[in-house]
Amino acid sequence: MAVNYSVKEEADGHPSGGVGVPGGGAVKTRKPDNTAFKQQRLPAWQPILTAGTVLPAFFIIGLIFIPIGIGIFVTSNNIREYEIDYTGTEPSSPCNKCLNVSWDSTTPCTCTINFTLEHSFESNVFMYYGLSNFYQNHRRYVKSRDDSQLNGDNSSLLNPSKECEPYRINEDKPIAPCGAIANSMFNDTLELYRIDNDTRIPITLIKKGIAWWTDKNVKFRNPTGDGNNLTALFQGTTKPVNWPKPVYMLDSEPDNNGFINEDFIVWMRTAALPTFRKLYRLIERKNNLQPTLQAGKYSLDIAYNYPVHSFDGRKRMILSTISWMGGKNPFLGIAYITVGSICFFLGVVLLIIHHKYGNRNTSADIPN
Amino acid sequence: VVVGHRPVSETDAYVAQKFCDNRIVSSKYTLWNFLPKNLFEQFRRIANFYFLIIFLVQVIVDTPTSPVTSGLPLFFVITVTAIKQGYEDWLRHRADNEVNKSNVFIVENAKQVQKESEKIKVGDIVEVKADETFPCDLIFLASSSIDGTCYVTTASLDGESNFKTHYAVRDTTVLCTDEAIDALTATIECEQPQPDLYKFVGRIIIYGSNQEPVARSLGPENLLLKGATLKNTKKIYGVAVYTGMETKMALNYQGKSQKRSAVEKSINAFLIVYLCILLSKATVCTTLKYVWQSNPFNDEPWYNEKTKKERDTFKVLRMFTDFLSFMVLFNFIIPVSMYVTVEMQKFLGSFFISWDKEMYDEEIKEGALVNTSDLNEELGQVEYVFTDKTGTLTENSMEFIECCIDGHKYKDCISEVDGFSQTDGPLKYYGKAEKSREELFLRALCLCHTVQIKEADQVDGLIGHPERKDTYISSSPDEIALVKGAEKWGLSEGHRPLYQLLHVLNFDPVRRRMSVIVRTTTGKLLLFCKGADSSIFPRVQQEEIQQTKVHVDRNAMDGYRTLCVAFKELTQKEYDKIDRQLNEAKMALQDREEKMAKVFEDAEADMHLIGATAVEDRLQEQSAETIEALHAAGMKVWVLTGDKMETAKSTCYACRLFQTSTELLELTAKMVGESERKEDRLHELLMEYHKKLIQDVPKNRGGLKRSWTLSQEYGLIIDGSTLSLILNPSQDSSPSNYKNIFLQICLKCTAVLCCRMAPLQKAQIVRMVKNTKGSPITLSIGDGANDVSMILEAHVGIGKEGRQASRNSDYAVPKFKHLRKLLLAHGHLYYVRIAHLVQYFFYKNLCFILPQFLYQFFCGFSQQPLYDAAYLTMYNICFTSLPILAYSLLEQHINIDTLTSDPQLYMKVSDNAMLQWRPFLYWTFLGAFEGLVFFFGVYFLFQNSSLEDNGKVFGNWTFGTIVFTVLVFTVTLKLALDTRFWTWMNHFVIWGSLAFYVFFSFFWGGVIWPFLKQQRMYFVFAHMLTSVSTWLAIVLLIFISLFPEILLIVLKNIREKNHQVRNKMMHYTVFLGRPLLSTR
Repeated sequence: MAVNYSVKEEADGHPSGGVGVPGGGAVKTRKPDNTAFKQQRLPAWQPILTAGTVLPAFFIIGLIFIPIGIGIFVTSNNIREYEIDYTGTEPSSPCNKCLNVSWDSTTPCTCTINFTLEHSFESNVFMYYGLSNFYQNHRRYVKSRDDSQLNGDNSSLLNPSKECEPYRINEDKPIAPCGAIANSMFNDTLELYRIDNDTRIPITLIKKGIAWWTDKNVKFRNPTGDGNNLTALFQGTTKPVNWPKPVYMLDSEPDNNGFINEDFIVWMRTAALPTFRKLYRLIERKNNLQPTLQAGKYSLDIAYNYPVHSFDGRKRMILSTISWMGGKNPFLGIAYITVGSICFFLGVVLLIIHHKYGNRNTSADIPN
Repeated sequence: VVVGHRPVSETDAYVAQKFCDNRIVSSKYTLWNFLPKNLFEQFRRIANFYFLIIFLVQVIVDTPTSPVTSGLPLFFVITVTAIKQGYEDWLRHRADNEVNKSNVFIVENAKQVQKESEKIKVGDIVEVKADETFPCDLIFLASSSIDGTCYVTTASLDGESNFKTHYAVRDTTVLCTDEAIDALTATIECEQPQPDLYKFVGRIIIYGSNQEPVARSLGPENLLLKGATLKNTKKIYGVAVYTGMETKMALNYQGKSQKRSAVEKSINAFLIVYLCILLSKATVCTTLKYVWQSNPFNDEPWYNEKTKKERDTFKVLRMFTDFLSFMVLFNFIIPVSMYVTVEMQKFLGSFFISWDKEMYDEEIKEGALVNTSDLNEELGQVEYVFTDKTGTLTENSMEFIECCIDGHKYKDCISEVDGFSQTDGPLKYYGKAEKSREELFLRALCLCHTVQIKEADQVDGLIGHPERKDTYISSSPDEIALVKGAEKWGLSEGHRPLYQLLHVLNFDPVRRRMSVIVRTTTGKLLLFCKGADSSIFPRVQQEEIQQTKVHVDRNAMDGYRTLCVAFKELTQKEYDKIDRQLNEAKMALQDREEKMAKVFEDAEADMHLIGATAVEDRLQEQSAETIEALHAAGMKVWVLTGDKMETAKSTCYACRLFQTSTELLELTAKMVGESERKEDRLHELLMEYHKKLIQDVPKNRGGLKRSWTLSQEYGLIIDGSTLSLILNPSQDSSPSNYKNIFLQICLKCTAVLCCRMAPLQKAQIVRMVKNTKGSPITLSIGDGANDVSMILEAHVGIGKEGRQASRNSDYAVPKFKHLRKLLLAHGHLYYVRIAHLVQYFFYKNLCFILPQFLYQFFCGFSQQPLYDAAYLTMYNICFTSLPILAYSLLEQHINIDTLTSDPQLYMKVSDNAMLQWRPFLYWTFLGAFEGLVFFFGVYFLFQNSSLEDNGKVFGNWTFGTIVFTVLVFTVTLKLALDTRFWTWMNHFVIWGSLAFYVFFSFFWGGVIWPFLKQQRMYFVFAHMLTSVSTWLAIVLLIFISLFPEILLIVLKNIREKNHQVRNKMMHYTVFLGRPLLSTR
């Protein structure tokens, strides 16, 4: 954006250098040193933003932004996304019966929702659950965790941080994992079936690889001790109040159990906004011939355990493919196109104005 | 005070008084009380106190951010300030110790005892040798020279480097050995310590061995001040009268009032606005929180239960703590670091003034001096310049030009020959006076002065005489010029011994004259008097005046300083009377000044005028150009001088204060006339001028400030007597009204010349202008003691280097011409820098905190911070502090040379232009806009929080980090856009800060910190950067935020070009012969 690149000469050489530094330092003169810095004459680049330089920049930015925007927009549009709200507030919904499910109900309430995919999902499909009006970013909630406990610190395991109150100690035993976040972990179970000629073909849902690698491998650690028996390691702790099972029974696989259970880790990363989605399962593309999910009928089996009706919340299941830029999000594309267009448009307008007035003084490069 | 601690006879009632010891304490703290006292002082500052409160709230109440976030910056600020103050105090301690521990000789029991200076007690007899400084205020008892005089330079006290003669008490002059002085028994009575360096009254009572006690008066000439240096005298004895903190030096040390700059006032105003914003934000959030929470499942859903304690607290208390929590959350909007940065900028920035080699004067080997760094930016805001004439506009090195004796003119040079050939001597006669008169005149010249001859072996004499290797030392350069002039004509100092000097009636500015009384060899008593014409003319025979007056007036018109010389013969009887009265007056303890003045008044009457002298005071180089530049820069220059009107006027013409086209309005004693009618006449004049200037001028000032340059210029001349008539009118006439009218007239005039001013009147004028509507910034410049009052009164005081005034000034420059660069370049730049600094600080903190405020709407008003604590803490002290500091030190939006050569640029920043509400609003809106863009941009991005290509989702900390990243980059790049002068330091600091931010974020997120309760930021930043969408969003948001700014620059650019085109055309069509004002 700069036209003028002028480097000022170092202040007139050093003709008076001998005066500035008196011989032998016998007399300390108060004559200021003749250095470029002290005389405020450091060589400097003095950019001047003129219409002549900025306007082309406007065009260039416009020309860059619009294609990027279009690219993002197209990419975002190509992403397949399917969303089912299974809260069951409407009486017609199959899950309506489960609406007032509570924590202490021993028998799980299950419901099944059938749906049809109009288009096939070609690449890997990501299955999310979404919650609305759920304030995971509430301050009391966000801070209600003990990261050193989750990091496998044995003393914190038995003596969780005060921040976990009121989910710190239950029946005189420390809760592991403590805190409101862990206590309210999402515990609906979602299963997906493809209905092919009335037969339900289960779709393999991969439950690993949904959490950040660093979380899974560094930030979250099971407590250490003799042996790998998690039951023994969690000895002396109790399960969170709302959990049906203790933390060492979250999964059968040992590398996905305890604190390093990925569902748990995903839940523990608190969402930014009250309406959010979290990654639940992955559906990998089997081979190159078939789409991951072909168009057709599907059914979703839900073990409805998670009550959201009490706080007016909603629950969703989302199936989505992913591009290089993540999930479907039209915002970026539209924003880029808009900004690029405005840039371009203003460039044109200003150029006209500039020329209209600038013509009169073609050679008027008035020194600043 | 008992001299030498020897008790006098019991009959004298002497009440022992407690005197302080001779320890000088200028330091504020000791090692023990430093911490509490310094902390107390610091927290007295309102801002620091505010941050302390916030910190305490954080400690006590459960708040969203940990106390560290605000405690750390506060601690940093306090520590830095404490270190700075501690260092300064340590320097003071060291200086004190140097003085206090220095060795002095005290005469005790006829022996010399070496003692530390701090142990001197009042009444000790102290011996001081040549070139030593006096350890305390001493009464001069005896010296090594027979006549009981000594020479003293008070350069370190008042900056006057000439030698002053002090006289020993007459009866003790003989006691010049240790033994003799030890035998003295005397008491001294003196007034309570007072700070005036030139005033002292006291009495010494000497008890001879068997006679009556003798009382002698003591005056300032007997007092040797602490801090002054003994010169040219081998040694002296003195008795300590004032010691330690009671010495005049110590009393003078304190009491320079703090001057606050206009910028600081603006900052405070803006602070109040931001405080209101803060309070309203907190109120809004608290209110909405309780509205929102009225729904029970919002207040306490099953997944997020309250603790028992929270449930138990009363609602009102909860609301209050919530309010405080919001305050804490948003408190960053008032930047703690701004004060540090502003102060650092001022402190470091002021170095550039003293470093400037263009303001270094080779002759006196001095550069500019900065006594206070608080007022740098004020230099860019000056509207009124009050300048002294003598020594400021002019050189104050006098040259004898001509004289007239009985109306006959004698001139020194041979230039204008009209027929007369060179007669005897180097003189040229334009007519001849009687020989006797000539002689009388010259005699008067070389007798009536206080000049000292000094042997040439001393180096620091003022004026060396080449032939005789003699040096004249005097407090007044006029006198030297006169004596030298007289010498040239054949008479010299040598003649003085022919006369017995009986009395010197010293010069003082009220009387404006001095006299000597001498006895000639023939026994005749003569009184010679020399002084300003106005003070001589009324005291001589009226018929003699006419001829001389013509000359005096003409000389004054030429810009010379004129003095009249008169004499009178005294009879013995008259002399005796005067002598008695003088001695009486000198003895008086109270009202000595008045009594002396009275005697002088009586003595100097009915004299005979001999002639007049003219001495030229040359203009300083480039003072005319400087004044023109100041005019062009929209400043109004007032000359305040003690000189007579004609002299001052011609100087003003010479230095182009008045142009030939300037219409002069005179309000002088001459115009007003004498006697009772003068008030009416004054009234008429005032009304006439008022009408001319204000009512008749058509109101076409449409928006143009200071448009007077385009219309007729007016200059005003006023003299001291008229001024006092206006300012202090007698009771019966309508008071205060004149003052307003006068002020209105003054403000309309381009240039004002005030002559015949007393020092206090100068200050009065400055105060009057300072307190007018809009309170314009005033600047006073002067060099002498008589300018000190106005220098202290003005917003910015500038003294001339090395003179008395510079001690009391805020800045000191060697020459008047340096004012140009000081104001036009330095002042302008400092103002732009600091104004930008202030605005930028408020702006960057607004767009820092606004997203946090908006986030409350999406987190249930739970005071959840958007950014991590580390970011909150470091935003102001690490990530964004250095670029603005570098900018505020180095920025030159316009080249220094351009600024100096084009004074009109100065007007662009006049009236605090960059810190008015409009620019403030602009910055505020910019900050608000950017805050909105940051937040909602990321908000829309997070509508789908799976932004990575592996479908994993981001949480709230990533949200905050994206906002913060955009924020840091935008704010820094915004500064980059504003920077017009990119030195390597700017590059380093701007790009370095951004790099540091990135590096820090990686580092901060890369480690599990054992001391942290929550590892919120673990790998958040790194993960954020793996997402392409985030990159795109960051780039986009930065661009959107900066877009209005770029657009504005372009629009301005186009508009400016139009103006330039239009101006050019105007310039061709209506060329006015005078540089056009830019129409902006």
